[in-house]
Amino acid sequence: MYTQGLDVQGASAAERAEGACAAEERFQARVDAEEKIEAKDWMPARYRSTLIRQISQHAHSEIVGMLPEGNWITRAPTLLRKSILIAKVQDEAGHGAYLYSAAETLGVSRDQLIDQLLSGKAKYSSIFNYPTPTWADVGAIGWLVDGAAIMNQIPLCRCSYGPYARAMVRVCREESFHQRQGYDIMLQLSRGTPEQKRMAQEALNRWWWPALMMFGPPDAASTHGTESQRWKIKRFSNDELRQKFVDFTVPQAQFLGLTLPDPALRWNEAQQRHEFGAIDWDEFDRVLKGHGPCNAERLAARRNAHAEGAWVREAALAYADKQRTRRESEQRYG
Amino acid sequence: MDDKRHWPLYEVFVRARGGLDHKHVGSLHAADARMAIDHARDLYTRREEGVSLWVVRSTDITASDPAEADSLFEPARDKIYRHPTFYDIPDEVKTL
Repeated sequence: MYTQGLDVQGASAAERAEGACAAEERFQARVDAEEKIEAKDWMPARYRSTLIRQISQHAHSEIVGMLPEGNWITRAPTLLRKSILIAKVQDEAGHGAYLYSAAETLGVSRDQLIDQLLSGKAKYSSIFNYPTPTWADVGAIGWLVDGAAIMNQIPLCRCSYGPYARAMVRVCREESFHQRQGYDIMLQLSRGTPEQKRMAQEALNRWWWPALMMFGPPDAASTHGTESQRWKIKRFSNDELRQKFVDFTVPQAQFLGLTLPDPALRWNEAQQRHEFGAIDWDEFDRVLKGHGPCNAERLAARRNAHAEGAWVREAALAYADKQRTRRESEQRYG
Repeated sequence: MDDKRHWPLYEVFVRARGGLDHKHVGSLHAADARMAIDHARDLYTRREEGVSLWVVRSTDITASDPAEADSLFEPARDKIYRHPTFYDIPDEVKTL
């Protein structure tokens, strides 16, 4: 349609704005029709920046999320538990890589994203700033943290942005193993000695409230909610997903014979849902702003890993250069 | 940011089973193609998802322009006679 192209060239600012508006309407119509938006398609600048922010935060969370559990790889109680934990932590690295790739399709580079994480500019999930003092914490993380992640992530498989949705399908397929292995640890501990059961209960007490915070601020205070829902990046509100998580988890805790650390928790027969106590949003804000128990430790570990790995990245490039030069000279003279 | 060089981006294609096509699954960074294959193994086939891998430098792919999709694909739209169901064959005629 070259005639349209000619029109745009000579158009006034107002006419161009009108053009952008029409493009945005077309975009919204595609989203409303459940069409997937792909990397090279036209999209509003805010859609792009919202996705870059969300996908990269998600990727950073997967990468930082390796640290609390990685802490227990050398101390897992059996060889099988060690193998399982290594596989799980490797999956988290993989999830981070899928998601960084998805973010890169939007025109941001891997190095920019990593810089944002290491400089402390980018956020990641508040949950990974809590410590894992016992083996039971590994169980509680799998059961609750990965459980909450699944609740958040399943709707993202239908996100309007194709590359993100496809990455999430792969992530979700692998995440179920994480949750089940965590519950399996909790099950074994809660059927064990009184000391082991106490260990499981204490881990549950530590992780329950931070897990509920993973769904983000309450709907009334959420700044990104409505726009993301209109663009079908987000399908359900924070509070809806949090409620669903509580309703799913309460019977699982009962089966373990453990008590959720919330005296206000009760079944509401009329509404067919669990009521639960107030979440400490001040704590959430503190952790998000960098003042949680492990924020400094986590960032220091990532910075250290990046700095210590620099020579490997450089050596691999030098080797690739040398191989290429050798191949080229063989082609030329050989 | 700086002038240091970075590992380039590769697109990864996996053949799930013998007899199927290689299918695009995602991308990754690697210093060279050999390393891209190794990374692709670790990243995309941890659960027996494939029996063969292809990697291609992302910059070597030429793609059609989504903005031109209409003019590119529209000419096929009114050629319904390319489809077998276009032809009305009497029921008496078998094996056609």
